[in-house]
Parts: sequence; structure tokens; C-alpha cells
Amino acid sequence: MSMDAVFRALADRSRRQLLDSLHACGGQTLNQLCAQLDMSRQAVTKHLAILEQANLVTTSWEGREKHHFLNAVPINEIAERWIGKYERGPLQALSELKRRLERKEP
Amino acid sequence: MNSKFVYVTYIRTTPARLWEALTDPEFNRQFWSGTYQETLWKPGAEWKLKLADGRVADAGEVVEFEPPRRLVLKWRNELRPELTAEGYSRCVMELEPEGELVKLTVTHSLEKEGSQLINAVSTGWPKILSSLKTLLESGALVSEIPALKSA
Repeated sequence: MSMDAVFRALADRSRRQLLDSLHACGGQTLNQLCAQLDMSRQAVTKHLAILEQANLVTTSWEGREKHHFLNAVPINEIAERWIGKYERGPLQALSELKRRLERKEP
Repeated sequence: MNSKFVYVTYIRTTPARLWEALTDPEFNRQFWSGTYQETLWKPGAEWKLKLADGRVADAGEVVEFEPPRRLVLKWRNELRPELTAEGYSRCVMELEPEGELVKLTVTHSLEKEGSQLINAVSTGWPKILSSLKTLLESGALVSEIPALKSA
């Protein structure tokens, strides 16, 4: 489950659209996703496979229906690894500024 | 349609160690937004998820307990009346070894369309699971998760 696979999967507009659709409504079947998006069934199937491989989409079967869910865990890992790390400095600076500004004058 | 989320993470660890992390209160505190579980860990036992200050955030029952493979909880929020009113959700944790990794699947569902509880936990699980993965793989947290806010 490499980070590369996650970034590659996210680097496509149609796949991001699929993730948005699953975010808005989790548990959709292939038919429901196809009805929602302006993509061929074949394209949706292909993109879903790539998203599943990257662990961005998880599935569960209910009877004969396969339901798809957005798995935000890898996205959260990206946020922690690639965003949180770089944000921490400025955020600390801001909280220090706030502390100073709110300090009562002696 | 019911409300449901399925989260999957792959962690470089053993099922026994992951099971310990999921069921040991001290281990819980380190990755579960400062909360920890209180239960006797057997089917039918009362189950509580407590905030750092000891207040009960969620409560329910241990439904299935099969170490180190499967844990099923009956789970109801106890802090926000509108969530308590939705009744019990079902949280299933499954551990499957895959080579050097363990696949952890967390399925959280409630028999109600547009459940607010499922919506609320859906923002929590990704953070908790990333934090759990980091903790088990490196033995240290990359960043502190802000403690769960009370209602």
C-alpha cells in the first residue's frame, strides 16, 4: 500500500470526482455511480479498480450488491505527512502572536 | 438504506500486537484521541468509551470477541442527545494478516438513513487509524491528535 499509489490515484480528475461522489453519498453501487457521473460504465469500473488498489475506496457486499465507500485513512496520512508537518511552524507562530496580543499589559 | 462507513488500513505489525493496541486502555489513550475503552472484554459485557476526564462518550456492549481476529461492539453516543436518540450502531473491527502487514477493517453502521452518529464518527476514524498505524510502525506519534471535544 504505497503512498505513490495514493498520489497516482488522486492525480486524475475523474477519480477525484468519484471520491467526491462517494463522500457526498457513501455506499453507492456501480450503477448508482454511473448514473451520477458523466462517464462510461467501463471508465467508472477502471477508475474504481485503481482507487480500490490505492485503498482510497473500500467495498462491502450486501447480497449480490457491491457497495463502495470512501476510505479517508490514506488521505489523512497524506495530510499528516505532507501538510501537518509544514503547517506546524506557522501555526505555532500564530498561537504565539495570539498569546502576546492577548497578554494583559503589566 | 442504512448509514455505514468502511475503513481499511494496512499496518506493519502482528495481529497480536494490533489486537493489544485496540483493546488495551493504556494503548488506546495513545492513538484514540485521548479516549479509552472500559470493559471486561467478553461477549455480553458492558462497554464504554471514556474521555480523558473520565466522562462516558459512548457506551454499549461487546457483541463478539475473538482475539486476534474479530471484535464487534454495540455502540451508542452518550454525550449528544440527538445522537443518543439514534440508538445503537454496530462497529466491527476485523484483522487479517497479509504478508508482513495486517489489514484492519473498521465497519461502523447504523440502521438509519443519514445517521448523524455515523457522520460524526466518520471524521474521527481516519485520524484514529492513521495515528494507530504511526504508533505501531514507529513506536511514536507523528503529531498529537486534538482531544475529542465534548458536546
